[in-house]
Amino acid sequence: MDDLYRDYILEHYRRPHNFGTMDDATSSYEGANPLCGDRITLQVRVRDGVLDGVAFTGRGCAISQASASLLTDEVKGKPVATATKLGSSDVLDMLGIEISPARMKCALLSLDTLQHALGAEGSPAEVSPAEGSPAEVSPAAERQPGAEA
Amino acid sequence: MTAPTVTVDRPGAREPLNPIAIRNDFPILATTTSRGKPLVYLDSAATSQKPNAVIDAVDEYNRTYNANVHRGIYEIGERATAAYEAARKSTARFINAPDAHEIVFTRNATEAINLVAYSWGRKSIGRGDAIVLTEMEHHANLVPWQLLVQEKDADLEFIPITDDGVLRLEVFEVLLRLKPKLVAFTHVSNTLGTINPVAEMTAMAHEAGALVLVDGAQAVPHVPVDVQAIGCDFYAFSGHKMLAPTGSGALWARRELLEAMPPFLAGGEMIREVHLRRSDWNAIPWKFEAGTPAIAEEIGMGVAAEYLMNLGMDRVREHERELLVYAFERFAREHPDVTLFGPMDPEIRSGVIPFDIPGVHPHDVAQVLDRLGIAIRAGHHCTMPLHERLDVPATARASFNVYTTRADIDALIDGIGEVQRVFGV
Repeated sequence: MDDLYRDYILEHYRRPHNFGTMDDATSSYEGANPLCGDRITLQVRVRDGVLDGVAFTGRGCAISQASASLLTDEVKGKPVATATKLGSSDVLDMLGIEISPARMKCALLSLDTLQHALGAEGSPAEVSPAEGSPAEVSPAAERQPGAEA
Repeated sequence: MTAPTVTVDRPGAREPLNPIAIRNDFPILATTTSRGKPLVYLDSAATSQKPNAVIDAVDEYNRTYNANVHRGIYEIGERATAAYEAARKSTARFINAPDAHEIVFTRNATEAINLVAYSWGRKSIGRGDAIVLTEMEHHANLVPWQLLVQEKDADLEFIPITDDGVLRLEVFEVLLRLKPKLVAFTHVSNTLGTINPVAEMTAMAHEAGALVLVDGAQAVPHVPVDVQAIGCDFYAFSGHKMLAPTGSGALWARRELLEAMPPFLAGGEMIREVHLRRSDWNAIPWKFEAGTPAIAEEIGMGVAAEYLMNLGMDRVREHERELLVYAFERFAREHPDVTLFGPMDPEIRSGVIPFDIPGVHPHDVAQVLDRLGIAIRAGHHCTMPLHERLDVPATARASFNVYTTRADIDALIDGIGEVQRVFGV
């Protein structure tokens, strides 16, 4: 029926890429839309100015989780300078669907969280430790969004 | 379950409500969405739709006698004042207030509660005093008290709920040993639909020497309300949830409390005499109605109150109780995998159904339903602490009003099936 819930959006929602945690992240940030209950914790590992690792965990609507999956795919391996230049329109292009004003915050939560995670890089006051105990990257396929929603 | 009836509801008739006939009074229910779907409105707990009687009353004021109240010595000014004060009488009768002068018009329940928190609260609450609330309060009956206790170095205590969303009165009894100055609770939960035993709770609080504020925003459209039978001291509600325009609302409080309370907002209308360095206050309720009020909207609220009294609130309650039983049956039969929150006993439940479809976030549920023309609410419904207690970030919520039909429930049940199909769960 749907121009919003396209197959690839649902696919990224059910099996998000880069979902999990890294134990050697250099920075992380937890972003949330309290109004919706969307939440994303995004970790980055920066080496020599390059974003060589990025991972996220979270729960939320299909739009917020698919956008995090698509965005992390996009920035992985890219120079930090390239990642920080990404704007709202880039994320909306990645999603490739029409986002209504009411869902804009869902769509852009991952970008906002990434920018905070990168902005926090090297600023101890803002660096929040990765959540929980050190863990290996958990395979995305093991995630059951339903169990968390 | 009784069969649907086809009687016309007019005063005196004790037959069940006929929502299909009632729907003709609500022009918006005949509209379709931009996708050509008939509107299935299941978000009445957020705001209700408005009947022609209310729309026309507001329109008539604006078109034929728009004038300020309590000022004009000319015909339309006097007519506006008379209509505004008649609305106060209708509103008083609607909740069985003993005296219309005890009805203070406010913008909504939020403003009514803030009025009490600022005016009564700042005078009466001191360091170390306790205020008892519940875990199921709307933010409107939580945040004003947070501000007050922060300012006064006082304390908040909370009556917890059971897992199915009922207040634990045995804990309330223990909390009352703290000798709170005020107990404030919702009459009907906007999120769970729980109808609280407000008269019993008021008696318990009074026994312990506390005053009682009841947040009636979600009760006035759904259950008969009699503030004298409840016995409470303050009763706050919004007009827009009870078929009246947004911007209308009221606080009812006992006369001696209102008279002892200092003004809340200051300016015109609320004064008797103003000098450069001091003023005297107007009599109640006008002491609390500074500035030009929402005249058209409050007139609309009076008409809405008359409309609901005409239907009979006991019949409104019975209609919603039956719909709830019907909805529970259909959920159990067709969507046993969908989690429902709140008490499953329809006797203590109003027409509010929060639900969770495993594997689908409530926003996505609402979005897919919207495409089918079905309007529900998704989110935390202004009860974030309650969602924390239920351990869910958000819920989807369907809610009823006098115009809700079984066909609306059927559309929701089918729509949930479509949500599950889209998401493959």
